[in-house]
Amino acid sequence: MSATEYSVIGTRPIRHDGADKVTGRALYGGDFQIAGLLYGHVLRSPHAHARIVRIDTRKAEALPGVRAVATAADFPPSGDRLVDLGEGQTPLSYIRGNVLASGKVLYKGHAVAAVAAVSAHVAEEAASLIEVDYEPLPCVLTAPEAMKEGAPILHDSLRTKELGEDGGLVSNVAEHFRHVLGDISQGFAQADAVIEREFHTSTVHQGYIEPHNATALWNNDGRVQVWCSTQGAFVVRDTMACILDIPVSQVKVTPMEIGGGFGGKIPVYLEPVAAVLSRKSGRPVKITMPRKDILEGTGPTPGSYIKVRIGASRDGRITAAQAHLAYEAGAYPGAMVGAGAMCVFAAYDIANITIDGYDVVVNKPSTAAYRAPGATNAAFATETVIDELAEKLGIDPIDFRLRNAAKEGTRRADGPKYRRIGCVEVLEAMKSHPHYTAPIEGPNRGRGVAIGFWFNVGLPSSVTLSVNSDGTVNLVEGSTDIGGTRTSIAMQAAEVLGIPAESVHPSVVDTDSIGFTAVTGGSRTTFATGMAACEAAQDAIRQMKERAARLWEVDASSVEFAKGSFRSNGHSCSFQELAGKLGQTGGPIIGRGAVNPRGAGGSFAGAIADVEVDPETGKVNILRFTSVQDVGKAIHPAYVEGQMQGGSAQGIGWGLNEEYYMSAAGAMMNSSLLDYRMPTTLDLPMIDTCIVEVPNPSHPFGVRGVGEANIVPPPAALANAIYRAAGVRLRRLPMKPSAVAEAIWSKNL
Amino acid sequence: MPMAKVHVQTTINGEAADFLCEPRQSLLECLRDILTLTGTKEGCNDGNCGACTVLLDGRAVTSCLVLGVEAEGRSITTIEGIAGGSGLHPLQQAFLEDAALQCGICTPGFIVAAKALLDQEPHPTEERIRRYLANNLCRCTGYDKIIRAIQHAASQMEEAKA
Amino acid sequence: MAVVYIPALLRPIVGREQVEVEAGSVRQIIDRLEELYPGVRERLVDGARLRSGVSVAIDGEVETLGILASVPPSSEVHFVLALSGG
Repeated sequence: MSATEYSVIGTRPIRHDGADKVTGRALYGGDFQIAGLLYGHVLRSPHAHARIVRIDTRKAEALPGVRAVATAADFPPSGDRLVDLGEGQTPLSYIRGNVLASGKVLYKGHAVAAVAAVSAHVAEEAASLIEVDYEPLPCVLTAPEAMKEGAPILHDSLRTKELGEDGGLVSNVAEHFRHVLGDISQGFAQADAVIEREFHTSTVHQGYIEPHNATALWNNDGRVQVWCSTQGAFVVRDTMACILDIPVSQVKVTPMEIGGGFGGKIPVYLEPVAAVLSRKSGRPVKITMPRKDILEGTGPTPGSYIKVRIGASRDGRITAAQAHLAYEAGAYPGAMVGAGAMCVFAAYDIANITIDGYDVVVNKPSTAAYRAPGATNAAFATETVIDELAEKLGIDPIDFRLRNAAKEGTRRADGPKYRRIGCVEVLEAMKSHPHYTAPIEGPNRGRGVAIGFWFNVGLPSSVTLSVNSDGTVNLVEGSTDIGGTRTSIAMQAAEVLGIPAESVHPSVVDTDSIGFTAVTGGSRTTFATGMAACEAAQDAIRQMKERAARLWEVDASSVEFAKGSFRSNGHSCSFQELAGKLGQTGGPIIGRGAVNPRGAGGSFAGAIADVEVDPETGKVNILRFTSVQDVGKAIHPAYVEGQMQGGSAQGIGWGLNEEYYMSAAGAMMNSSLLDYRMPTTLDLPMIDTCIVEVPNPSHPFGVRGVGEANIVPPPAALANAIYRAAGVRLRRLPMKPSAVAEAIWSKNL
Repeated sequence: MPMAKVHVQTTINGEAADFLCEPRQSLLECLRDILTLTGTKEGCNDGNCGACTVLLDGRAVTSCLVLGVEAEGRSITTIEGIAGGSGLHPLQQAFLEDAALQCGICTPGFIVAAKALLDQEPHPTEERIRRYLANNLCRCTGYDKIIRAIQHAASQMEEAKA
Repeated sequence: MAVVYIPALLRPIVGREQVEVEAGSVRQIIDRLEELYPGVRERLVDGARLRSGVSVAIDGEVETLGILASVPPSSEVHFVLALSGG
């Protein structure tokens, strides 16, 4: 279908929650107020790795104004239970242990105890009075170090798994992944040029501006209510139920407005702590996490060590590729290296591939997903080697990529063949883009390109839709709205119903009020919840056809609905007219949609970056930046552009500035937003966007998720641009001024 | 432990207001927790993100770095005071029309700071807008649409004057 | 006959990269593989469901029904990593 056939899809209506958000009326988690509210504060470990010998809370409890103190001992024991919170079976002890440490602390910033008091100041003061005796242990901070024999061991029970097989030996390597396609020794033998390089990427944080926060009330009837900032209210509910060992139905989670997440607000940190403090104090408790604690105590994304080897023939065909990826999971397993391993060569059609991925625990905060988790690290390595190969073979970097681009039917490294994808279309859009065709001139200036991929996911979503007598509908959903998804979902329902986007009133509701809905993450919300909304709208239309049939005394199967009108045998009425007659034709109508869709449809993205490098200071100034992405179909193009610009900005920050600067003892030395340098208005140019639409055949309007793939190419595009500007190849992120300057000095020696 | 409270008399969004606060409480805390003006957001609580920007006697400040007691006798404008009686301020309207917000947590700070800029300089260049807003962090948008919305609002305000 | 692609880490047990099996569901595929190559089931399945982190893709599309998914004749079956996202 072409865009002209839609009346709502592809337009740019004002978002439904817009007025609330520009006037300060929108209620975010931290804005929640309730009578009798206490304020909590969490005490955190000063050590990167230590045994907890003793916790004495008596002085804190004695401080006037303190109402409760909690430690891990206030949680029911987890034993060996495995729980599934939507990401597979995980030992409950890991999840519980990250919320409040028991036995050992595994990173500086690991939560140890918590206080509830009449004010946040009193709570903070009381937390400082909690006495904790630690027996410090040696720490290990990088994946290669943690993999060495004799490295300090984080978990005495952790042994390397290989697709379900237990390696038998205690190790910091939680899992080894492997993909083998064809035969790389044969493939490399066919190559005329082979390049092998090593890469390091630093730990970086999602950097959402809103702090984690949670308010919990353990009610007198035993039910726990939570108001919080989360990407997934049902994940909070289910995690709470596991940690507190109560049925899911005893927990009600109300997702408040959320001030950014990017994957980092999927894990649960404060909610169970606030709940036990509420149980102990008999009052609602709110905890807002200080920024330092957010950086030190919540999941950043893994630092990594990656080795990539790629061979190509003289005519520019890649013959073989090999990758070794070791990602730092932080304190508990789950570095998303599996995703990195699946994305590292995902953009290319290569017959011979071997990929090994290692999920390695280290004494840093337990990592969480961050926008295309695992893929950005991997693409930095691959896309830099690809650039070097193209140069060596004397082929334009986009042409080299086009010659090897994955397309429908290409077999991925992990086996399956791609369905319809837009890798070639993205590369072609880059090649013909006025940015790429414009000359770049001047000293110390250069242009770089890179591409990247993210799979996107489906997962369950539920929507109900009730028809109002004035011809509008109320749409109820469970997907927290982080970037305008109320509107992108409402627009899909509006398109089906033949009414304007403004006639759909979307509400994001609590876990008691809608069916299970997975997280707003994996670029799934506009895709999957949008599908649920379409299904709910179609369900309402089906019921309304029966009403029309009743009015007109015709058979329901004869009633047709198109462009907002019901018709049969010369009768016709608009959606709005029929909506006004529901009362007389049988009562209210509620449409239902519940999906767990296949076919999320992966998204490819590309970046073109022009930079100027100051050869004295190493500072990289971005002159021009263009983000290109296959989005399937842009429901609301302005918010699609926004995703592309935002993902690019995060990728640029990751590439040039951001890092966890760690002391040898495992302390983060830059845990403020002054020193953890995210891009400001002065660091970025306007970010041009180029939307490519290769419809996803599995979605009614062709949607592919757009939230993630755009972060993947920027670091490599910048590295390639820096090379052309300054003649140096940077293989360590971030490419901060000192690193660029040092590389230039070394080259000039 | 809890401290003795101080009585503060001030003006908020054009109206006389008074409140009791502990001397250690920031203006941000007073606005949010005491006066329930929660439109002003906490992002970092140490002056580095700009989410809590308010106008103090017309000047943009991060309210987390101002003590509540310092509001005595001063005039404060928060996001709640930006819109006129019936309609939105041109900045607010432009942010909506230009999709200049995603999660929206930084939006009040940006709108308040941008208002301070446009009040002083009705026609700022892109470079000037970027310099003025360099203390306001947004992690969602890459700033592109925010800068454009401010330019858009500036031209709307100019047209309204003409 | 469905063509089952054997994940790299299971090839030491199976001894080949592909196996053709007659099966109507993923569960039947696993049962059949287990008969042919004892030890495979334990690597793929945990209790009554696919092991944590494992998904099944049929003709390139990840199945949401796991071992309950039906397998059309002459389809390609892969055991792949389960993914979520940010």
